[in-house]
Amino acid sequence: MNDINSPHSMGTTIIGVPYAGDVILGADSRTSTGLYAANRDSDKITQLTDNVYLCRSGSAADSQIVSDYVRHFLHQHMMQLGQPATVKVAANLIRLLSYSNKNMLQTGLIVGGWDKYEGGKIYGIPLGGTIVEQPFAIGGSGSTYFYGFFDQEWKDGMTKDEAEKLVVKAVSLAIARDGASGGVVRTVIINSEDVTRNFYPGDTLPLWHEELAPQNSLLDILSSASPEPMVS
Amino acid sequence: MLSEAMDSPKLGFNFDLYTRNHMLLTKKGLKPPGYLKTGTTIVGLIFKNGVILGADTRATAGSIVADKNCEKIHDMAPNISCCGAGTAADTEAVTDNINSQLKLHRYHTGRESRVVTALTLLKTHLFRYQGHVSAALVLGGVDLTGPHLYTIYPHGSTDSLPFATMGSGSLAAMAVFESEFREGLSREEGINLVTKAICSGIFNDLGSGSNVDICVIEKGKKEYLRNHLTPNPRTYISSKGYSFSKKTEVLHAKVTPLKELVNVVEVVGDAMEE
Repeated sequence: MNDINSPHSMGTTIIGVPYAGDVILGADSRTSTGLYAANRDSDKITQLTDNVYLCRSGSAADSQIVSDYVRHFLHQHMMQLGQPATVKVAANLIRLLSYSNKNMLQTGLIVGGWDKYEGGKIYGIPLGGTIVEQPFAIGGSGSTYFYGFFDQEWKDGMTKDEAEKLVVKAVSLAIARDGASGGVVRTVIINSEDVTRNFYPGDTLPLWHEELAPQNSLLDILSSASPEPMVS
Repeated sequence: MLSEAMDSPKLGFNFDLYTRNHMLLTKKGLKPPGYLKTGTTIVGLIFKNGVILGADTRATAGSIVADKNCEKIHDMAPNISCCGAGTAADTEAVTDNINSQLKLHRYHTGRESRVVTALTLLKTHLFRYQGHVSAALVLGGVDLTGPHLYTIYPHGSTDSLPFATMGSGSLAAMAVFESEFREGLSREEGINLVTKAICSGIFNDLGSGSNVDICVIEKGKKEYLRNHLTPNPRTYISSKGYSFSKKTEVLHAKVTPLKELVNVVEVVGDAMEE
């Protein structure tokens, strides 16, 4: 399954962290078909409504279709309700689709948003269709590389900057170690007023152990680091 | 009226002949027919005034070149085109089908088709068939919201990109794009870059070959440059040419027009009166 005809999947790293009543979602940007990066610049954080966003991982086709269906159902629901949808309803709609089609679908999702009843909330909906309301959620193949890091670093009541730094640091750690994650780090911050999208290109991310700084050409650093020739 | 026209067709494949085919394959040792694939290099890029699509022209059946000059750039709407890679029958069928659906939609709405409409129709169709319709497409067009370029994969996932490549030659073509693409290319620069990328596929990928087809779509106009470049001419052409020795004798000729021209006479005043 390692050739260009493999199904499009987002190996992925996705994160959702509530802080001080608001919510920040983060993701990498690599979509792979087998061992080829079909899209190095994807946007895995899709909008469901003005105040609810969804991080997608797993099969690209499945997650896109599920998010399209849920956007449609949520819109209908909002028309009947007469007010913005709650994050809980959005997450449950996703869960109902994921659970009832669990044999066909292969997608892990993180729903995050803000509503006036509960404030900022994160719900994880992994493979199989469980719905779990969590103080923070991580998902995708790259998340395995920072379970310990997150357990140690996450704390209750972070500020916006602390939370965003944590998310970007975690995604960049996953990008460093997971082949199926890569590209840039995208974040979406949702609060009661508005939604802010941020974009961290590769050269703004912190460098980890033995990683080289981005160069125009490796020949530049090779020539400077060459050892003295052996003299007998 | 609207619901009838927009009725979803019968879903999925028809498996009535499955047992019979299985028996033929296993008991009688029948070899199934191979299908025609388009090895293919297809590309698209967004330039200053719109979208440029490019494709090679080789169709393969296994390791044989079945068609040296096939057309891989399909028409979807007057302002939208689609390049297709994968099984030739699938790309042909799916683009024709959505072309018709878009035409009906234009009659219903009275408006120019949008690229996202074509995108949604294609992706829902392909998702329903769970990847068994082996069509990988590069969809490009210009509508009132601007120029758009999308890639669509056989399982139904899509990506929106400023430059894209698909098919067996996609890595060769992508290498060219990644080194030379910039935003805001002029029409000529864009055509040259697309040609270069397709040539990279033609010469470095065994599944792609022959000529370069280009389609330039700008606001209000679409230009199809069939065989824009022919870098693989036939080397040895017989000087004798083709001639048929015995001519068939014509005994009798009769022409029956299939479309009859009808004269419409406009009667001024009250025509329907006894």
